[in-house]
Amino acid sequence: MLNSLTISEMTARLAKRECTAREAMQACLDRIHRVDRDIRAFLSFDANDALTQADAADKALARGVTHAQKPLLGVPIAVKDLLAVKDQPLNCGSKILGKFLSPYDATVVERLRAAGAIIFGRLNMDEFAMGSSTENSSYFTTLNPWDTTRIPGGSSGGSAAAVAADEAIATLGSDTGGSIRQPAALCGVVGLKPTYGRVSRYGLVAFASSLDQVGPFTKDLRDTATLLRVISGHDPRDATSVPEPVPDYVAELDGNIKGLKIGLPREYMIGGLDAEVKQTVDAAVGQLQKLGAETMEISLPHTDYAAATYYIIAPAEASANLARFDGIRYGLRVEPAANESQDENKVTGLYSRTRGAGFGAEVKRRIILGTYVLSSGYYDAYYLCAQKVRTLIRQDFLNAFEKVDAIVTPTTPTAAFKVGEKSDDPLQMYLSDIFTVAANVAGICGISVPCGFTSGVNSELGTGNAKLPIGLQLLGKPFGEATILKIAHAYEQSTGWHKEKPPLGN
Amino acid sequence: MSATDFDIRYVAQLARIELTPGEEQRLGAQLSNILGYIEKLKELDVSRVEPTAHAVPLFNVTRPDEPRPGLTHDEALRNAPASANGLFIVPKIVE
Repeated sequence: MLNSLTISEMTARLAKRECTAREAMQACLDRIHRVDRDIRAFLSFDANDALTQADAADKALARGVTHAQKPLLGVPIAVKDLLAVKDQPLNCGSKILGKFLSPYDATVVERLRAAGAIIFGRLNMDEFAMGSSTENSSYFTTLNPWDTTRIPGGSSGGSAAAVAADEAIATLGSDTGGSIRQPAALCGVVGLKPTYGRVSRYGLVAFASSLDQVGPFTKDLRDTATLLRVISGHDPRDATSVPEPVPDYVAELDGNIKGLKIGLPREYMIGGLDAEVKQTVDAAVGQLQKLGAETMEISLPHTDYAAATYYIIAPAEASANLARFDGIRYGLRVEPAANESQDENKVTGLYSRTRGAGFGAEVKRRIILGTYVLSSGYYDAYYLCAQKVRTLIRQDFLNAFEKVDAIVTPTTPTAAFKVGEKSDDPLQMYLSDIFTVAANVAGICGISVPCGFTSGVNSELGTGNAKLPIGLQLLGKPFGEATILKIAHAYEQSTGWHKEKPPLGN
Repeated sequence: MSATDFDIRYVAQLARIELTPGEEQRLGAQLSNILGYIEKLKELDVSRVEPTAHAVPLFNVTRPDEPRPGLTHDEALRNAPASANGLFIVPKIVE
């Protein structure tokens, strides 16, 4: 089954002419036809365009282009519905963009193309990346391939589920408060949030500009390293991208983590952490020790304030960024009624009607919250205060990284929850990101790697017989991706959790 | 200055979002709950802490002030809900 291969397995076959890029692409499309009725990871895909790109890759291979030159040549990669792909739809899981077609490629898409990838599909997500389950998508909810009564996580739930279900070789998502790592954990795949500034945000529709990063979802760590190397690097079109050299992340995966120091923050072992998740993460820590890493307890004293800080900063930035969706230049427009009162400015009516009809409940909630915390009289009490606490949270991490090379935590407090379980309680939904938000607030990098499964008899979660994936989170220094990749890779290779596949049949 | 001052109707108007009465009630209650949670930041003394706007500070990122290609006229109008004669159509603003 070509669609179930990793990037490195597929490029090896393509190089030896054991398969063609067209066959690889077709295998993914066939898989989508078979399983996406149940998973619903894709909002749409353009099969003709994908096969045309595959044929071009086959021609390049026939001309003698190698994977040393183009590391992703002929590899099908799907993207989250908030990355611009020229002439393809871009909806951000929302109704407000109407029939929008992207006028240009995002920088990450440009880089994937330059590396020879076949870019296809629009992956489902919570509207404008606001959510932790894909239940806030304006289209439909994606389901977890391990148990289709459960959510896949979010906001990049489509990106995680598509990789877990072998509908793509790898995918891209975005992470503002955990939107890559949380769904990666819940779907049992690898997901990386790079350091803020590592990857260009040009062509990524902005949610919270000081927190957003694009990152990969893959089936193993080697693929994460390959994709990260392709998409990283300075981009003059994103003034916040950092001119920091890009290491050869793949070459650094040498399996040797002897003597590396790993911190275990005591503040992360909180109430609300599921007993099975804790047990599994403890076992993973034991495995890291066996591999020669030194572990030590550390303290991140402001951990408890990270979620509150996040839920001021992210909505504040979102309220400004989403002001552009006003019914004038693109997307949906809802005209005010003809008999609307004379003194009300007609254009204001158009804005309010359009935004009232076009945005879903969570987006409205966050824009209103963001508008409030930035409004006159409240700015100092909320927004400025949150920016100061942000300094303290970042300082906690920088202090810890003077003693340790990486920090280990659970990625999420529980395994995947049921569809509908938290959708009526926004605050509970927000707290499912409790272990991931701090990395965005501090701007550091983080990865989630599969570290085991629930036993399938957990009464607390009511999992019935299904076993559900659990994720281990590794947090690294700013631009310390190579170190967390190396640790995660050594762990993965010594355990093999990543090889387990969800029970979807062929 | 507490969550109880929160006037959903006023803030929704600032945000240019029309809400139904049902939404006002539901979102208003949920937002009061969320604001209550956020209040916990006030436990901290941040009077001597500098704010962080971006985690990776970069200053004065500039480029040469030279023309470069952007969207064409047609590309800029392609996604417009209403356009004519190469222009966006908007409601009358000045009588």
